[in-house]
This record gives sequence, C-alpha cells and structure tokens, in this order.
Amino acid sequence: MKLTRRQFLKAGTAGVGGFTVFHTLGWRSSPGTSHKASALKNKISETTTICPYDASGCGFIAAVEADGMLKIEGDPDHPINRGAACAKGASLAQLHQVDGKINPRRLQNPLYRPPGGRDWEVLSWDEAIDRIARRIKDTRDNNWTASDGEGYVVNRTEGIASVGGAALDNEECYLLVKALRALGLVYVEHQARI
Amino acid sequence: MTNHWNDIANADCMIAIGSNPVENHPAASGWITAAKERGAKLISVDPRFTRTSAIADIYCKMRSGTDVAFIGGIIKYVLDEMDQYPEKYNMVYVTEYTNASFLINPDFEGPADLDGLFSGYDPAKRSYDKSSWQYQSPEEDGTPKWDKSLKDPNCVFQHLKKHFARYDVDTVCKITGSPKDTYLEICKTYAATGAPGKTGTILYAMGTTQHTNGTQMIRSYAMLQLLLGNIGVAGGGINALRGESNVQGSTDHCLLCHILPGYLKQPTNKDETLEKLLERVTPKSGDPKSANWWQHYPKYMVSLLKAWYGDAATKGNEFGYQYLPKTTKPYNDYSWIGLFEEMYAGTIKGLMCWGQNPAVCGPNVKMERKAIENLDWLVAVDLWETETAAIWKRPGVDPSTIGVEVFLLPAAASYEKEGSITNSGRWAQWRYKAIEPPGQAKEDLWIINKLVLKLQELYARESGPNAEAITKLTWDYGDSPSADKVAREINGYNLTTGKLAASFGKLKDDGTTSSGNWLYCASYTEAGNMMARRDPSPGAFNIGLHPKWAWCWPVNRRIIYNRASVDLDGVPWDKEHPVIWWRNGKWDGDVPDGGWPPMALDPEKTKYPFIMKPEGHARIFGMGRADGPFPEHYEPWESPVDNLLSGTQNDPAFKIWGSEMDLKGDRDRYPIVCTTYRLTEHWQAGQMTRNLPWIVELMPEMFVELSQELAAEKGIVNGGRVIVETARGKVEGVALVTARFKPFQINGQTVHQVGLPWHWGYTGSSTGDSANMLTPHVGDANTMIPEFKAFLCDVRRA
Amino acid sequence: MAKAILYDATKCVACRGCQVVCKQWNELKAEFTENRGSYENPKDLSPETWIKMEFREIPRNGSVAWLFTRRACMHCTDAGCVTACPTGAVYHHDLGFVAYDKGKCTGCGYCVDFCPFEVPQLDGSRVTGLGRIDKCTFCTTHGLDRIGNGLEPACVKTCPPGALIYGDRGELVAEGNKRVAALGGNATLYGENELDGLHVLYVLTDSPETYGLPKDPKVSAAATAWKDIIQPLGWAAGGLVAGGLLINLIVARARQIRAEEEK
Repeated sequence: MKLTRRQFLKAGTAGVGGFTVFHTLGWRSSPGTSHKASALKNKISETTTICPYDASGCGFIAAVEADGMLKIEGDPDHPINRGAACAKGASLAQLHQVDGKINPRRLQNPLYRPPGGRDWEVLSWDEAIDRIARRIKDTRDNNWTASDGEGYVVNRTEGIASVGGAALDNEECYLLVKALRALGLVYVEHQARI
Repeated sequence: MTNHWNDIANADCMIAIGSNPVENHPAASGWITAAKERGAKLISVDPRFTRTSAIADIYCKMRSGTDVAFIGGIIKYVLDEMDQYPEKYNMVYVTEYTNASFLINPDFEGPADLDGLFSGYDPAKRSYDKSSWQYQSPEEDGTPKWDKSLKDPNCVFQHLKKHFARYDVDTVCKITGSPKDTYLEICKTYAATGAPGKTGTILYAMGTTQHTNGTQMIRSYAMLQLLLGNIGVAGGGINALRGESNVQGSTDHCLLCHILPGYLKQPTNKDETLEKLLERVTPKSGDPKSANWWQHYPKYMVSLLKAWYGDAATKGNEFGYQYLPKTTKPYNDYSWIGLFEEMYAGTIKGLMCWGQNPAVCGPNVKMERKAIENLDWLVAVDLWETETAAIWKRPGVDPSTIGVEVFLLPAAASYEKEGSITNSGRWAQWRYKAIEPPGQAKEDLWIINKLVLKLQELYARESGPNAEAITKLTWDYGDSPSADKVAREINGYNLTTGKLAASFGKLKDDGTTSSGNWLYCASYTEAGNMMARRDPSPGAFNIGLHPKWAWCWPVNRRIIYNRASVDLDGVPWDKEHPVIWWRNGKWDGDVPDGGWPPMALDPEKTKYPFIMKPEGHARIFGMGRADGPFPEHYEPWESPVDNLLSGTQNDPAFKIWGSEMDLKGDRDRYPIVCTTYRLTEHWQAGQMTRNLPWIVELMPEMFVELSQELAAEKGIVNGGRVIVETARGKVEGVALVTARFKPFQINGQTVHQVGLPWHWGYTGSSTGDSANMLTPHVGDANTMIPEFKAFLCDVRRA
Repeated sequence: MAKAILYDATKCVACRGCQVVCKQWNELKAEFTENRGSYENPKDLSPETWIKMEFREIPRNGSVAWLFTRRACMHCTDAGCVTACPTGAVYHHDLGFVAYDKGKCTGCGYCVDFCPFEVPQLDGSRVTGLGRIDKCTFCTTHGLDRIGNGLEPACVKTCPPGALIYGDRGELVAEGNKRVAALGGNATLYGENELDGLHVLYVLTDSPETYGLPKDPKVSAAATAWKDIIQPLGWAAGGLVAGGLLINLIVARARQIRAEEEK
C-alpha cells in the first residue's frame, strides 16, 4: 500500500513544482496577499485552519492528497507560528486519519445507552434528536421555577445543566448560549471555569 | 491577554509565573525566543523546573499557592525603591493613570491592622461589607478626591505601602521556599522594567487562577504591572495564556452562569424589569473626564435582545427581557462546583456536555462521577467516547446498577467544519472545512440547530411554561445553518437599513440595532468577514500588531489600554516600540482606546485612559473583589504550614461546601503538597490526544513527578510505580524521579511537593488514573475556579 | 554546495514537533511505548522513528539544567554506512548528506554495524534477508522528496523556537561558531570536523559527552577494511556477497513456507 502510494507520488512529482493553488473561497476574497507554498504535495485541495489545541491560534494548512491522504503542516504565512508546529500540532491529521484510514476511535454514529444497559446502541440522527428534545422538554417543564422563594418571577429551570464550549467555534458557542438561555437554563458552565 | 502573542517579542523582561508557556503554548512561545534574541530576560517561577525553566535566564522555585507573597515582595521592593530613587520609575504613569492618588474612606483598615483581614468582615457569612473600602465622595465638579503628591495617609499609595511593608524578602522566602539570592535577583531584574521606555510582561495561566485566592494572585500581577507602567505598552501587559483553542471566544459568548454574550450580566431575581436591571448594572460617573465606557450598557443589552427575539422584541415588552431566566442565589452557586453539588444532590436531572469531559476534568472527580451517575439523562456531543459518556462502564461499577440514560452524538473536528475561533490574544480567526467528517458525524452548529428546531416544534404544538421564550426565539438558520450567517448575526445589524453594523459605537438602545455580541461588533461588516483576513503585514511602528490579519476585539485594538502607553502629551513612553502616537492632531498606530486627545494637550476634550472603569483609572486599590481591595497572602485550603503573615490561615471569603464527599485532608496524614498540570504532548481531559497514536507514543502513561529526596525517603525508584493519595481518593502512576523537583525549606521545615499531569482516564487508546481523583471541591473566593494547583497528599511505593 | 542542518541545543525546548512531523511526512507508524521514568520515548531510533529527542538532567550552578538533544542520522562525510553498504542503498547525496534508497537495501545490516552513532535500524533479521534498514533520508525519500522540491526538511520547518536551521553547510558552520563564541564557557560546535564533517551540526552549551555524543567518533577499521580490501576485489567479491545474500533469502523463504504449511 505504502509503496504503491510512493510510486504514485513519484509519478506525480512533475506537477509538484508550483503547488500553490489555494481552493478556499474566503482566502481568495481577501486582497493583497500571496500564498507561499506549503510543504505538502500532490494535493487536490489545500485549506487553512487554526489549531484546535491550546489558545495560541497557530495557523495550519490541511492538504488532502489525491489518494485521500490528509497531511497538516504549519501555515508559513501565519504571523503567530510562521509554519511551526509542536508535537500536538504536528499530529493534527490523526484527529481524522491514522495510517491512511479514519481514526478508529472517532465516533461515526449517534449512540444510545439505555438505563442499566451494558452496551451502546446505534441511533439515527432523527431518532436521537427526537428523543433528546423530548427529554429536554419534559425535564424543563417538570422542573420549572416560575417564581422563587423570595416571590420574584424567575422563569428558569434548575433541572438541566450544560457544560462545554471552549472546543466549539464562536458561532456554535453563540447559538448554544442563545438556545440555553431561551430554554431557561441557569446552570451553564464551561472550561473557562476550570 | 491585554496584549497578544507576537507582542511578547517587544518585552525587555518576561516572567512566566503560574504558567508554563514553552510546554503548553510551544509554537507561540517562539516569541519568547524572539524576545530573548533581542536580549530580553526570561524568568521562570514554578514549583517544578519545566521546559520553560530550561530556557530561562533565571529559574526560581516557589511553593504552590504562594504567589501573593512572591509578588508582594517584589511590590515592596519597588515601593521601597520608589522612595529612594523615584527617577528610576514612571511616577507620572502611577499618579495619572492609576488610582494610587485616590483617597479612601478613613474607616478602611487592612490586614496590617486586623491580623490578615480587611475591615467589614462577617465570619458567619464568610463575606465582607465593603462600605469602608470605597473612594471618598468626589468634589462637586465630579473630580475624584485625590492627592497627586501620594502623601495623604488615606490615599491608595500610602495604604499600599503599609499593606506590603510586611512582605520583606526574608518573610517572603520563608513562605515561598524560594532561594533568597535568586529571589532578590528577580526583584532587581523585573523592577528595572519600571523605567520609562522599558517593558516587562507577566505570562500567567491556570497555575495562577486555580487557587482559592487565585483572583488576588492575578491582581498582584496587575498591580505590579501598573506600578511599573507596564500596562498598555508594547511588550507589557498582563497576559493570561489560555488553554483551549476557543476558550477566549466561548468566554466572550459567555457560556458561563453569571454572564450573557459580551460580558453582560445574567439578570438576578431582583432585576424585575429591564429598566431595573439597567439601573443596577450601568455604572455612572460625574467626572467629565471619565469615558465610563460601560455607560453604553443599555445599547448592548437591547441589541442582544433584538438579536435573540427580533420582531418579538419591542419597547412594549421590554425587548423580550422577561423571556430570560433570572437567578436567585449568589452567582457562584451556579458555577461549576455549585453545579456539580446540585447534580450530586439530585436537583439537576439532565446534563448536556459539548466537547467537555467532566468525568476527567472536574475537581474531586470521584464525587462528580457519582453526580453524573445520578442523572436521569446525559447528552455528550464529542469526537470520542469520553469517560463522561462511558460513566456507566467505568472501572469498579456494574452498568446494570447505573440508571443514567446516555446519548453520545458524533461531532465534527475543527477542520471538518467552518467557523471562527478566538485565541488568547483576542484574535478571532476564520477557519475552513478541509475534509468531510467521518460517517454520520456532524458539526455542533448542525446539532444545536436540529435540537432547537425540534424544541420549537414541540413548544408550538404542546406549549409549556414560558413557551414563548422558545417559540419566539429568532431561529432562521434553515435546515443546515451556515457559520457565515451566524457570524453576521453576532456582529449585528442596523435594523433600519438592513446593513451590518460598522462597530459597537453605532449600537442603540431603542431597538433599531441588533448585535448578538457587542464585543464582536465590527468583526463582520459590509466590507466583509474581517476574521478571514490574511494580510500578514506587521502594521504601524513595526511592533507586530498585524492589524490586517484576522480581527481582534474590541474594534481590532491589538493592545488594550493603549492610551496608557503615551505620556500626557500623547508621546510614547517607549519611542522604539510605540503603540500609538499623537501626531498632527490625530493618533497613529493601533486603534486607540478612544480617540480623545492627550490629557495635557486638550484638558477639555480628553478622557482618562482606563475607559472601562467609571473612574477612568486603573485600580491598584480594587474595591470590587470579594476578599479585599489588596491581595493578601493566605495559605491554600489544604496547606502543610501555618500562615506566617497573619492568624488568618485561608482566604476568608471562599465558600466551603458541605456534602459528605467534600473531604479535607489534614497535614499530619497528608504532609506533601500536590499539584496538577498539563504536558506539551497531551491536552486537557486527554481524549483529543490519548486517541492519537503519534502522541501516545511520546507520552504513553500516567506518571507522577517527585524529587530524588522524597523518592529516597519513601523507597521509590525511577520508573517504578507509585501511589498518590489525598482525603478524596488515590491514583497510581509511573514514578518519574527527578532533580527538577526539590524539597522546599518553609520557615525551617522541609516540605515536599509532587506533581501529576491530569490528562488520563478510563476510555481511549491510552488509559490511566485521573489526577482529579485527588483534587478538592473548593474554589476561588471571586470566581469559584477550583483549587487544582495546591492540595495535600501522601505518596508511597505501589 | 553541501547542505546541512544546524541544531542549536540552547534554543530547543523539546516540544518534539520534529519527532512527530517526521512521522507524518515520511508516513511512519506510531510505536508501542512505555514510560520508563522519563519524558523520552520511544526507547531508541527504529525503522518507524527517525528522530528522537533525548532529555538529560544535569546539576548546574546549584540548580539543575535540562538538556535536550536531537538523536537522528548525523549525515557524516566519512560515513561508515556508506562505506560498508554493498548495494549503494546508502549513499552520499550530491548535497553532501547521506541519502537512502530503500529499494536497494538487502538488509545485510553492515551499516548498522559500522555507524559510530548507532543510527540505522533494521526492521527484521539480517539473516533472513527480509529485513530492511531505515533512517533519516534528509527528506529525500523517493516520492517524498522535499529537498529536491526546494523545501526545507520537515523537522526544520516545524521547529517553533527555530532551534533547527537548514542551509549551506559552510554558512551554518560559521553561524554555529559565532553562536558558540557568544555562549562562551564550555560551549562547543559539534560536527564541524568530526568524521570529516557532519551534515547535522550541534551548538552545545557543554561537552559532547554531556549530551550523550561521542567525543571523537570514528568509523571502525572493519568498515575501512571493507572499503579498502573487499571492494577492490570488484565483481567477484560483489558476487560473493550477492550469492551469500541469495542463500540467506532462499533459506528464509523456505522457513516462511514451512511455517505457513504448519499452520
């Protein structure tokens, strides 16, 4: 497998010289910059991304090669890391792929474990969303505080809590907080506290 | 960070205290190397010699939890020097930009008078009446009462001197266990950044925040920086090195119990109407020279409500204010520790985890796992089978006895979707989708959208309490929302013209504008998505601002409080590294903290530089804190020694919880200090790295670092197995016996300290004991951030 | 013009980005490891691990110093492996460093024997003839050639503090000597003259031995003997070796077939 791939790459090297094509829309729309070559070859696409580990905000370029291989290296144009990557950054591709295949530890389906169950069951998304929405509604409505012990209107539920968000994108955090507060949650926390 | 990563290169001196940047932010730490190449000094203060210490010019050991003593001694050194050699310091900065000259209520008393307490303490409530901590009433024209000579015994500066007089070098080193000569070298080296034109930066992280008096530790750093004129300048600032890729953004959007997007306050029960809320939270200032930026609070709050409730938010219904929940208890009771106490007690029945894994990351995790097990249902949205989701199959439990119903939803990884994240330096950067997520995995945006659409459908059909809060919620993202559309909503609109709002200066409190988060207003304008910009040019004055790379809040200001970087005439203190400069009647450089003219040039139109405080001056005296206006050294909740400085052993204002699993260890049984930390090779609760074979190869197993001296005492050999035990639990790991941990001499007593990474758990490719089995369920007096960094243990050979 | 890598141990922070990025670029698998009371892992170089960072604690100025060292092919000018290799699989690249063509390797293991740094590693038994060695190719592996495409080696590109630099060897020697002079004390530039010049140069704060490097590395006489005595025998000797390896291969195949039949 590996040899075949290398032979394939070797055959492809003729076209490698100018591998600077950048396929991401947002990037092209930003004026006045030119993208330097990243050290990734035989690519069918190249996409800029930001590291999901610490909060340095290092830039990376994710390249998908013709045979589906994913390689992610530091973005040489990025002002913070200038192409560099630490051990975690250099491992980014393994979040998706290990030895050319999907990382076997990645979840690929909604899973369900019933009370007292000994194993996971696979659910469809529709089923999962239906059931979860029902749990949220029932728990919220049955644990609703319209007014508190001091006589104030408070319109909240203490029956449901939500944690997490530091691994989400801003737009996801925003939609999440919008939804949670609309549902009347007051137990809303995430990594910033711990 | 008040500043940002690239800016570290402008520093003359850097202290990494409560942080380990080289190990936890390795690539961005290149800027530390860049500063060193310019001749800057790196000081590493840490109980353990780390990879940061390895490249430091000065390494100084310090017992965990003694930062206030450590920094307090430097503050005393600086204050003593200011008396003798004021010309070595920037006294104009101290006098004009901080509240050093402000006069405090004559009733105020501090720890020097009250054996470690401040005036107004109520031991029964473990809280302070802060009425004696206030400024004296201002003059009639609104000018504060102050003494610019800094001599009045009631002025902040004199109180400061009295407070820190007790922090002499000998006392400090007896508390911290630092070698005196090294400590003095640090005082001298860092104090040198107080000269006008010299800058020092303080790099801190969870080593500081995770203490019962963590907020006061950070205040001590901020105060030192203010005394040295290091805030607002290039290469300066107080810089929290944040630990998760978007923990800055998730904090800005306020996935926290006490705030709403843009750090607006979560309403409490007494905020019965929008008007009452705004009356309580909008600060007032009678001083014409104070910009008092938070006076605009109503505009941000109303614009948020418009973003959430759209046409359903009208003047007539307080813009939908009543749809929001209100709290009753003190806000910290809703925060992490309080949340898990309530879950343990059975109040909370359902839990949603969005890319977070409390069964590994929570304090006293034995208790928090029990709490999770008590739930009716749990939804975990993640890339991996987390320990939290697998709570029912953790070691030692019988799944059939565990009733919690679990939904585990497969999420997309960072480069399998599109959106923005905000780094530690407040740069919001757009990232793109490189590859499809595996199988049925979906982005969180998609999952949240599906759930809300379903809930809106349920409430429309079946109704329920306060149902309109859900049914009227603006939710128009279609079947599969685009991050782009949400980013525009966050920025906000002029609802009259339908155009994107240009900046938060344009927001209104009359319902004609919307903004999902006023701080991000200007991130996505009619000129496009500012967060997606990729022009790497360094920008004005060549200090690495990179103003056209991505976008940073607020309004693309790269260094905040930058109007303190210039003198009263608008000329930079450091002309080699100017941040802004008043020339030809305008400011050049970074986006200034308000465009008003310099203080001496136009006393009519000018404003003080610290615009987020109603008094316009940075607070050396901070009357807003729960546990005192000055930082005072207290011992951690669990400490091997008595407080040498006063009879008040612990911070007097943090909450002590009372469940049967909130156990405290005593020093006779657990004499060794224990701390937890992260490794370069792993990340947080570990799923994101323990499932990557290349990373597991580098750091395959849970381990415990301890000194050669302690190992010899306990018969522990390097590479053997060791057990660490606290009042809460025990963990086992490989013994890593090292010369990088050394016993401390604390007031003549030998104190050992050990340390453990907290990345491991029971699911994934690499498993091991979780260090949080050991940690206590107490938190900071102000923030309730748990005390992960200093507690007591014993160790033995396994 | 010879190229080289300069490794500055005073800048290195042992983040090990180089160790991982080498695996990504060269498509190498992770190894099973254990914590042996150290941050270091894997235990040594292997066919799947071409760079390994070493961590050493030494006492210094009443405190401790934590020294980091890169362990990977040194790309010697007087290279025992090149001298000993009977098939030309290990060879000097035009740019001076020691490249490697796995396709030509017969697994004889002579390079393993003759490397004074114990760098090349066999992935199987040399007796069977099925094994192949592997080592750092200076990012010139066929099909994964960065140098030939005008790029720096993957390890150099990834290094956050810039502890690794790639460039003309002469310039890097000058730069290394400048840094060593600035450091003073026991600082050394390792690799300028060792084995007629290494193509990985080390700026060290202390003696090479402190960093686990041999003070005066030599290629053993046996490799020279190979070069001076056996090689001149030309085709005959080559034939002998090839014949020997062929026999090894036949024996190994026979064993393999037998093992499969027994299953």
